[in-house]
Amino acid sequence: MFKLESKNVDVFYGSSQALKNVNIEIQNNTVTALIGPSGCGKSTYLRLFNRMNDLIDGIKIDGQVLIDGQDIYAKGVNVDILRKRVGMVFQKPNPFPKTIFENVAYGLRVNGVKDENFIRERVETSIKQVVLWDEVKDKMKRSAFELSGGQQQRLCIARAMAIEPSIILMDEPTSALDPISTSKIEELIHELKSKFTIVIVTHNMQQAARVSDKTAFFYLGELVEYGETKQIFTNPKQEKTQNYITGRFG
Amino acid sequence: MLSSTVTSLTVLLIVVFLFKEGVGVFDKTAMEEGFVIAINKNNPVDKLSSEQIKNIYDQKIISWEEVGGKKDSIFLFRVDDISNFYTDEQIGENFEMLPYRLSSLVDSFPGVIAFFPEKYLDKNFKGKKLEADKVTLAEFFGGEEWFPTAHPSAQLGVKPLILGTLWVSLGAILLALPLALAAAIYMSEIAKERVRRIMKPLIELLAGIPSVVYGFFGLVVIVPLIQSTFGVAVGETGLAGSIILGIMALPTIITISEDAMRNTPRAMKEASLALGASKWQTIYRVVIPHSISGISAGAILGIGRAIGETMAVLMVTGNAAVIPHGILEPMRTIPATIAAELGEAPNGGLHYKALFALGCVLFIITLFLNLTVEFISNRKKAHKH
Repeated sequence: MFKLESKNVDVFYGSSQALKNVNIEIQNNTVTALIGPSGCGKSTYLRLFNRMNDLIDGIKIDGQVLIDGQDIYAKGVNVDILRKRVGMVFQKPNPFPKTIFENVAYGLRVNGVKDENFIRERVETSIKQVVLWDEVKDKMKRSAFELSGGQQQRLCIARAMAIEPSIILMDEPTSALDPISTSKIEELIHELKSKFTIVIVTHNMQQAARVSDKTAFFYLGELVEYGETKQIFTNPKQEKTQNYITGRFG
Repeated sequence: MLSSTVTSLTVLLIVVFLFKEGVGVFDKTAMEEGFVIAINKNNPVDKLSSEQIKNIYDQKIISWEEVGGKKDSIFLFRVDDISNFYTDEQIGENFEMLPYRLSSLVDSFPGVIAFFPEKYLDKNFKGKKLEADKVTLAEFFGGEEWFPTAHPSAQLGVKPLILGTLWVSLGAILLALPLALAAAIYMSEIAKERVRRIMKPLIELLAGIPSVVYGFFGLVVIVPLIQSTFGVAVGETGLAGSIILGIMALPTIITISEDAMRNTPRAMKEASLALGASKWQTIYRVVIPHSISGISAGAILGIGRAIGETMAVLMVTGNAAVIPHGILEPMRTIPATIAAELGEAPNGGLHYKALFALGCVLFIITLFLNLTVEFISNRKKAHKH
């Protein structure tokens, strides 16, 4: 059974079609990169897995999206519970206007965890996992806005991990960061792979090549090619993929 | 450049004028002009406050002991009482003997206190004339009675008016805030764009209704309702004022808090939802904390509007200038007092200046509120970066 799976997915924003018949199967504990030019539908596709697209007025989704073999768009699926299993990291660091500690504890608190000791442990573990502990351990009560952009983004990853999801979706997580912060996050992705299934949208082709096991290339709402990252970047089967990764368009 | 200079100058001029006239009240005496208060020369009392004078005059104080004198009862003498002591002949046809008679009368009664016009003061007056004190700050802010036309000594205690203003405004904000917050949350987070486009102008329309019309509404609908609901003798109470002011403050609070809530970054809301928080948890834990400074600014501006509002309050609060003990009593606010009394106060007189001083008090309260808003929104900016 695949961890994530989409079958014949079509997505419409009003009358325009954002995704056309997309079929992908993603294995457990892998990193999958979604690449493609702006507006190709890769972010829309990513957001299918935690139903973030539901917030958009006038969206229509056909086909099946499966997590662990269950259709997450079926009737009776509790979206709040689904989102606890699927963490998400956004394009720009978006900490809450709260302390560093409360940012990471947020997911636990909204899920009704009351045990303060447990929360403290989990917060510490998560921050250690993103290699941020040494930098923030003395200022847990300070506002998260005081951190640098790269630290904020790692804090956001820790925040997503604190509720122990099995999947983490990353929507261009390094696009707002400097090269050093970017490489720290890429290292992190490598390490997290043993525990999570990661899907990452990126504009940066080197990044996709560095961090991912499999790569999916989207173009104008269609999945052009999906395969082993190495194969996509060295020996793409489709001409469009070839043109895109060599920088001829995009 | 020019227009803003002119505006600033105008504002400054108004404030300077207000304070110049207002401070003048402390340069005046509370005694009615042209009147004299005299006591026996052996009486050790030198000074009486305007409150004491009034209480003696109203015979609430009947012993000199109560005002720091000897153990002797007060003999209150008004100039009209002269005929009880002297015949018309002794006084003279044109009152030419009156000053002399007054002088000897004050001299012969040790416990006397006499009020009479200054023109009847004898050149060789044998009694002791009490010098009237100037109005003091303590009297002005600590006095518990506002009765600027009292005879012979005006009572200028603004405490009942300040308390009335605060009661009515506080009540207004307590009523308005939950309602406004609920409306703002609904419009910014829950309502569909189409609903919002209809509701927002409607709410803003509330701000455009003349306050007299609110006053009508209060008088005809709310006052009788309060009277029958709470079983009070008169429905014109602080509560009626609070309700009307609450309604009037709604658009300000709703508009400002809604704008603040809509400014919550979408990414922040998404982050909360992505962590499995429900819509309400997101509103309660992310949207409201993020927009709290906007909400407080709206609330304070709403109070500011309520405190300065005149006409509607004047119409529905009953205007009793006594210290209120509950929201279901008639009250009188500072703006209502100024509006109602300035027309009757002689230009430049004590009453007139006292009203200006009231205006200064009001100005200081609203200035303080505005500075608070400024402080809160500055803190918000500093907090973000």
